[in-house]
Amino acid sequence: MTILELQNLKKYYASQKAVDDISFTIEKGSVFGLLGPNGAGKTTLLRMITGIFYPDSGNILFEGKKFNALNDIINIGYMPEERGLYKKMKIGEQALYLAQLKGLSRKIALEKIKEWFVKFEMQSWWNKKVEDLSKGMSQKLQFVTTVLHEPKLLILDEPFSGLDPVNSNLIKEEIFKLAKNGTTVIFSTHRMEQVEEICDHIILVNKGTKILDGSVKQIKQDCKENKFKVGFETVPDIQHNDLFDVVEQNSDSAIIKLQEAIKPKQVLQYLIGQNADIISFNEILPSLNDIFISKVENTKLSRQFETVN
Amino acid sequence: MQKIWLVIKREYLTRVRNKTFILSTILLPLFFIGFIAASTYFSVKSVDKHTIAVTDNNGSFKNSFHSDDVITYEFDSSITPDNYKSKGYSALLNIPEVYTDNIDSITLISDKQLGVVAEEKIKEQINTAIRNKAFLDKNIDKKILDSINNVDEEKLYKFSPIVVKGNVKAQSNSGLAYGIGFGCGILIYITLFIYGAAVMRGVMEEKMNRIAEVIISSVKPFQLMVGKIVGIAAVGLTQLLIWVGLIILLSSVASLIAGHDIMNNAQAMNNQVNQNGNASMAMGILSAQKTFAQANWSLIIPCFIFYFLGGYLFYASLFAAVGSVVNEDPQEAQSLMLPITMPIILSFIIMTTAAAKPDAPVSVWASIIPFSSSIVMMARIPAGGVPVWQLALSMVSLIAGFILTTMLAAKIYRTGILMYGKKVTFKEMGKWLFRKS
Repeated sequence: MTILELQNLKKYYASQKAVDDISFTIEKGSVFGLLGPNGAGKTTLLRMITGIFYPDSGNILFEGKKFNALNDIINIGYMPEERGLYKKMKIGEQALYLAQLKGLSRKIALEKIKEWFVKFEMQSWWNKKVEDLSKGMSQKLQFVTTVLHEPKLLILDEPFSGLDPVNSNLIKEEIFKLAKNGTTVIFSTHRMEQVEEICDHIILVNKGTKILDGSVKQIKQDCKENKFKVGFETVPDIQHNDLFDVVEQNSDSAIIKLQEAIKPKQVLQYLIGQNADIISFNEILPSLNDIFISKVENTKLSRQFETVN
Repeated sequence: MQKIWLVIKREYLTRVRNKTFILSTILLPLFFIGFIAASTYFSVKSVDKHTIAVTDNNGSFKNSFHSDDVITYEFDSSITPDNYKSKGYSALLNIPEVYTDNIDSITLISDKQLGVVAEEKIKEQINTAIRNKAFLDKNIDKKILDSINNVDEEKLYKFSPIVVKGNVKAQSNSGLAYGIGFGCGILIYITLFIYGAAVMRGVMEEKMNRIAEVIISSVKPFQLMVGKIVGIAAVGLTQLLIWVGLIILLSSVASLIAGHDIMNNAQAMNNQVNQNGNASMAMGILSAQKTFAQANWSLIIPCFIFYFLGGYLFYASLFAAVGSVVNEDPQEAQSLMLPITMPIILSFIIMTTAAAKPDAPVSVWASIIPFSSSIVMMARIPAGGVPVWQLALSMVSLIAGFILTTMLAAKIYRTGILMYGKKVTFKEMGKWLFRKS
């Protein structure tokens, strides 16, 4: 079941096509990665999904119905990249205020806050001010205020930036837990190792358009370059053959790239025929990082300003 | 609506509970009183006592010059411009020897200026002396002249200007009207800046703390802006009410303490010719209280509240718009604020004219145009005589004005609040204004 569907979304600024005809769907309960280099249009896309911006054209369907910021906001939790809290406000009051702004009643908000504060061991913070918190602590608080109202869709823009490994793990665990309990998570980042770890499904946007869409596994398969790593006792002379090229060679291993339509089986047969002492034979799948770089590489690093219309 | 209310509540409570609110509520009136006291003190103090040597070789001025508490005249023809200083005089007044009907130049020599007040006093003495001499030259008896000079005109009549409009008669008191008008104008001018800047700082705080986007994902930018503006307006009204309460409290306490003795004395003084300092001060207070009560408070107070709020609302959204486009650099705020502060300062300048001349064309127009009406109209109202159509037009255009500025400012605010790390020019803001949706 899809929770969110974007149809041909467009948003043009005076000097840029920030989002240029992007469509995708997100399955309920999945962890969805929205990837892209800086300035690709991720934040604009997220701002449209959260109702901060209106798209110039295209539709957003939330649970099958046209997205209505006014009513659907209660179902969305958004932690923007540029985030912060009122420094001078007491933590308890601040959490209460933000929860009430989402549309929770005071009573329910109080209950939920207490629940989360216990979970994150923050009970003693209630009367402290945000300025008294460390950065990690305030990020934790920020996360709590984002998920407090139990949104169906949780949107996290670079959630781990500025967090130490301990706190990032804590929040990562919570994200997993929420996903397991049916919360859909959109996870926007350019930190690929986290994406590989967390996301089921990703799309890659660059210059306002979608350039990749699929499950992490599928994308890796699609982008693989038929490379294998072969381990030998001693590397035989395999430079010249019709089946593969040697990309890299060490004393006890070689990385080979198979020619088109050649199966690993054929390579193994050939190698055995050469009487090579094979120890291991592994397919090399590209990391998301590699895919990301190769897809984005041929475009200019920083986005150029262009004229629209 | 629910959400705006939440925003208003937060803005109001966080401010009112803040220590700076309590401090500024107490300190601002103290500062005001201190300012008035200091400026009065210095203006009195700056009238130095002078001893002036007068060389009058004719001798005919000698009996007409009377020393007073500020200036002492000493006639000594041996004093010259070279030695007056060493003889301990602060100036030398030289009246030429020969004159007929007109005296060319009476010179006052001093090494530094004596000040306007002192110079006026000296001129007055010279005028009197010349008039006296003219009378004496026409053979008027010295005794008769003295008895005429001793008449205190103020005692012989009571001057009571009355403004009659149709059937309504009202005692006019220009001085009081000027004072109240000027006071109201200044108060609105200052509060515009204080609360306007508070709005701007609040918006900047939200932007710099990076909470703006968090909030805006739950509330529309317009709701956030209006909530802030209304919340701070409520803070302003609270502060105003506290001040009014304090004034009423203090003045009733003061009249309780000072009331019986001095006021009774002062009443009695009315019948007595003798005046000592204390009693004349009490008389002053009494008459001030009397005339103060004459002011048309039932019109002034509601109008003040209206223009206080109207002027604030007109400018607050503009301050919010400026706050939304400022990045980390406070310097930027300064230059962006200029287009807002200029009309406010200009209004203040016009207001000083309007308090003195409520019906001058510039006063009338400035009190209708919403940019300046909140400050200028309040300077005109205490004088009375503002036609109903002008008041109505001024109010309607102020309301229309603040709706317009709020709508325009909201367009800038909406974009600016989410924009980081980019310096925004006026040209870009202009583009945001005219962009649809």
